[in-house]
Order: sequence, then C-alpha cells, then structure tokens
Amino acid sequence: MSTFLGMPALPVYGSGNLHASESFPKSAHRELGNAQLRSNLGHATRTIRDKRTQVVSELPDWEQLRDAGSAIKESVMARLPELLEQFEQNFTARGGVIHWARDAGEANRIVAGLIRDTGETEVVKVKSMATQEIGLNEYLEEQGIAAFETDLAELIVQLDHDKPSHILVPAIHKNRTQVRDIFLREMENVDPDLTNEPSKLAAAARTHLRRKFLTAKVAVSGANFALADSGTLAVVESEGNGRMCLTLPETLITVMGIEKLLPTWQDLEVFMQLLPRSSTGERMNPYTSLWTGVTEGDGPQNVHLVLLDNGRSAALADEMGRSALHCIRCSACMNVCPVYERTGGHAYGSTYPGPIGAILSPLMTGIQAEENDSLPYASSLCGACYDACPVKINIPDILVHLRSVDVDSKRGTKKVPNQMDVGMKAASWALSSGKRLGLIEKGLPLSRLAAGPNKKITKLPGIAAGWTQSRDIPAPPTQSFRAWWNKEHHTPDAGVGTPLKKEEQP
Amino acid sequence: MSARTEILERIHGALSDRPEVPTVPRAYMAESELDEAELIRLLIDRLVDYKAQVSVVDHQDVSTRINELLAGASSYVLPSGLDPDWLTTAEGKDDHRRRMDSIDAPLGISELDNIDTVITGSAVSVAETGTIILDGSPNQGRRAISLVPDHHICVVRAGDIVGILPEALRRLDGTRPITMISGPSATSDIELERVEGVHGPRRLDVIIAR
Repeated sequence: MSTFLGMPALPVYGSGNLHASESFPKSAHRELGNAQLRSNLGHATRTIRDKRTQVVSELPDWEQLRDAGSAIKESVMARLPELLEQFEQNFTARGGVIHWARDAGEANRIVAGLIRDTGETEVVKVKSMATQEIGLNEYLEEQGIAAFETDLAELIVQLDHDKPSHILVPAIHKNRTQVRDIFLREMENVDPDLTNEPSKLAAAARTHLRRKFLTAKVAVSGANFALADSGTLAVVESEGNGRMCLTLPETLITVMGIEKLLPTWQDLEVFMQLLPRSSTGERMNPYTSLWTGVTEGDGPQNVHLVLLDNGRSAALADEMGRSALHCIRCSACMNVCPVYERTGGHAYGSTYPGPIGAILSPLMTGIQAEENDSLPYASSLCGACYDACPVKINIPDILVHLRSVDVDSKRGTKKVPNQMDVGMKAASWALSSGKRLGLIEKGLPLSRLAAGPNKKITKLPGIAAGWTQSRDIPAPPTQSFRAWWNKEHHTPDAGVGTPLKKEEQP
Repeated sequence: MSARTEILERIHGALSDRPEVPTVPRAYMAESELDEAELIRLLIDRLVDYKAQVSVVDHQDVSTRINELLAGASSYVLPSGLDPDWLTTAEGKDDHRRRMDSIDAPLGISELDNIDTVITGSAVSVAETGTIILDGSPNQGRRAISLVPDHHICVVRAGDIVGILPEALRRLDGTRPITMISGPSATSDIELERVEGVHGPRRLDVIIAR
C-alpha cells in the first residue's frame, strides 16, 4: 500500500487536446455553416439512434444492467487507489510492465522511450481516445517516429490531416466521394480507378495496411476495460485492425486512463452487454480481444501499460462531477444530443465532444482553461443524454453544476461588474416587489417603438444580442398581463401592480 | 516523488470526502432458459444476420462438412490440438495442403499470410449475441492463426452454446488470451454503410456440431 500523508492538495489539471481554443458559440456558428457536415451528421446520428433503440428494447433487463453498470463504476471511483494497486500486481505478475504518467507530456515521453528501446521508427495504432487526448501521434512525429492509424475512419482522418468529429465514427463528416478523393491523393499504389463504393474503399484500406500489419514490430493501443482481479485488458473493435495490432507485433504499448478499471471479471458481463448496444447499436461488436500480461508463444512478448492521470484525479476531486469518469466512451449521448447533431464534434475543440465532452473536458482541465468555460453552456439541458447513458451519468446536473463553478470562478477575480452582473442586479431589484415590476411594465408601450413597423425586434444590444442572433423577438404587448388582469377584474381598491386579494382570485 | 506515488496521492486527496462504496445491484439476467434446439436456432439467426455462413451437422459429419468447405482452398492451417475426428479427409495426414501450428512450432506471419483457410474449435458461444469465443486452448491455437488467413472455419459444439453473455464468461478463465468473434470483420465507417470484411477473416464459416 502506498502511504498517504493526508494533505488535501489542490487538484492537478490535465493538458493536451482537452481544450476548446475558441468559445463554443463561435465555433458552433462556423460549423453550422457546413451543409455537408450537417447532412452527414443528421443521417449518422439518426441511424445509430434508431439501431440503438431497437437492440436496447430487445433486452428485458436493460435498466437492471444500467443500474449495475452505474453502481460498479461508482464503486470503482470510491476504491480507485486500492483497485489500481491490485491491477498493477496482477498485470505485473503475468509479465506486463506498468508505467505511470502524471500528464500528457509524461505519457508521450514514456511511449516514445519504449518505442526507441525497440529500435523501431514505425508503429501501428489501434483507435484510442487516450492517445488522441495526449496528442501522441504529433509528439511521435516530432521524435521521428511514424504512427499509422489502422481503424478505417482514423486512417481517413489521418490521411486528410483532419481531426475526428465523432468518437465512434471519427470520419462521419466526410462522404464517400470525399473519402475516395483522399485515398487517391494520399495513398501510395492506390488503384487510380478506385470508385466511391464503401466496399471498394474498405478493400483499398485493407491492401494499404496489410503489409504494415504483417511487418510491424510495435503497436500502440488504448483499452476499453481493465479488470483489477485478473490484471486483464480489453479492446473492443469491429474491423480486425485491433486484433492485428494486439496479436502480431513483438511489442505492445497500451495507454489507458486510470478510471477504466472494473473490479472483477464478472463485471465484464455487464459492460460487454451495455457497450456494443449503446455504441454502434449492435448486439455485439465483431471482435473483442482480452489479454493478461504476456502469454508465452502467443501474441506480443513485450507488453507495456501506461496508466494516465492527466486531470482525471482533478475530475475525481469534484464530488458533483466525478461521475463523469464513469464514461465508457460509447457515444450514445452524442447521437441523441440536439446540439451535437447540428454542430458536430469539432465545435467542442476537445478530444471529447458532445454532452460528455462538455462536462469531462472542463472537469479535467479546470473550468478556467482556455475557452472550456463555454462548454457547460453548450446544452439545452433537455436530458436526452442522461436517458441514453448506459452508466446513467447525470450529465444535465453536472452541466448546471459546472455553470455555477464557472460563475463562482469569475466572481472573485473581477474588479468591474459586467453587463450580466448589472442585469442580474437590476432584475433582482425589479422582481423583488410587485410595485417596482408594475412601474417597469408601464414602459412596455415605449419598447414597442424599438420593434418598428414590422413589429419585430431583430437586434438586442450588449449581451442580450445572443438572444436575437438567430431569432426575432415579437414586439412587446401594449400592456402587461397583470395590468390587463386588473383592468378586466377591476375592483375599486386594487390598483395596478397590487396583488389580488385571496377572495378575489378566480 | 515517483509518478506512481504522486498519482496515488492525488487520488487519495480527491477522495478525502470518503465516498461510500455502493452495493452493486445484480438484478439483471444471469442465465437464459432456452433448450439446446432453441439455443441453436437463436445462434444461427444471429450469425446469419452478421453474414456468417452456418451449417448444423451431427458430430460424425463434421469432417465431411469441413471437406466441402475446403474445396477451394489451396492450403489450410490447423492448431495442433484440433479434434482428429474432424479431419478424416481422403488424403488423410498426407494432405499436401495442410499446415500444423502450435506454440512449440509456430508458423511465421508471412507463411500464415499465404494460407487460405484456418480451422479451429471454440471455447463457448453466446446465442443471444451470436458470439463465438476462442480462448487459445489447444484446439483453437495461437491468436495469429485465426486472424491472418482470410477464411475461418470454426466448429462450435452444441454443448458449448449458452444463452447469454454472463453464462459464457462463467465458463472462461479470464487470464487466457481471449478473442470474441461476432461475425466476419466489418466496418461502418463510411456513411454508416456496413461493409463485411476489412482486416480480419472476410469469410466466416460456422459448423455447429450436435
């Protein structure tokens, strides 16, 4: 057991690709102008949503599985130090080597060092969110190591020097003709007559990567689950590129967040039912690989695991927000989100987009990091994400919590009150008494002037401009409801703005 | 301070409110109540949905069925522990197309790449999800042999079929190298149109042996 000195320290936040570099409203506005993106995303999210609903309805015990999944993850968070040490012991006993990385930079240096030790300058990669989060590919490139993405969508994105827009189908913003054009432009020895049929494009990817798989000496992967009681790691995939990377090379380096643990082998029965149905809307994904350290004569004989903090402990320190770490990266919340469906993943800046990204990114980086304070507002709080989440993360509650963290974080630092403060102060003055409100309501006819002859206000000033950015406000009525009520139900002693006496209420 | 110590300290600090460890409610199904005929019917339905080719034969007819499926293959590989009853071809042990693989005498990767077909047994299968699970036992061999050849013939004994995943996991040792297979390799990465056959075997033949 490690010794804990009992000093409650400040949270240490993560770094890497976890930030929005511009505010969400700004980037969302730009992305909404991309008609191709919107049509592809609309089609994709609708299709996966329908498939998910169908396969979920097949299981009579779906809600019981969600309850179990949620409780298992909650207990993992409460027991995290103990489970990490148990996992480490079991994985190490079976020949695996564990490395710990405080942040993105440390993880990158560890992976590059392990690759350098093998003498290789090329690695094949299985799709992994953790390595995207730390910007591993870019770091390796700087170090003279070429990392080849092998998942079809990741390959498309990498060949096009683009960024993923969805965590499950990263190239969903591109249509088949765009993919064909990327292949023709970027792949060596590609058939110049390649058509845009998905089956032909998949076959081209197979040919392109085959030699790489068969000759690669080093692979880098992420992991979907790690079982503490056996020291086992799991990768869930579809194409067989994962199996290739996890089986054929001599050295396997896995990068995994510390929150991915499950206590026991039995817990896998819950998560392997929840994940595929929530994710791709399949009863089961085509391939799942499980390995425990080294198996002599079968698969990689040098097996490494980098355990990554990078802001996870900071998220864990937030009592309200820590359940964001229950996330199993299924992407169900994205596919049901009305905001994500329209803006796409790029608008969120971070590796983790959509509703889960809007809470996870600021929790891992701190709300004040770059533009991440805009992410908790990237939601209408409709709650569809909470309903879809296989581990029942209450995303709307955490969004509201983070909004208050954001407001509180700014309260202390400001010297001059801003428009919002002034507005809120004014509202609190006006709304605290019926007399004051009545007085203000008398100004309504005046504000009708602002609406002009077409009876619409198209542009409000200051921070209220956000409201009229994409909609008009109808002209205010000539009188307030309360004024109208008083006129209609006139009693001698009830003046404007005076609440009705109890016996006079209808 | 080592990264390990520092991260564990950070986590301890993050949990200074001592959150309660909840009891996990396991009210979900632990087993199905299907009989063998129903299990076979359900497994076939799921496998066909994944575009695998399925045949159901009596145990003594497995070798005949394998021979039929091997008709177009110019070479095939076997794990050393495969049931010899499944391999009574006309050529017998002298079949020039046959390669054997074991942990003690493994074939090279490029050698495997030139082999058309692999024949393996299986550890356990889940009817409800159409999942066949291999655990590296001697009748299934090293993971590479069931991955590199483009055609996988997999024999599933009827007694090894269970209804749902929890039943299957109870039969397995999690520390073995495990591969769960639900149909041939597939992708939906381009416009969500499912394409069967990317990097794993593009053809999956399942023989269910009663």
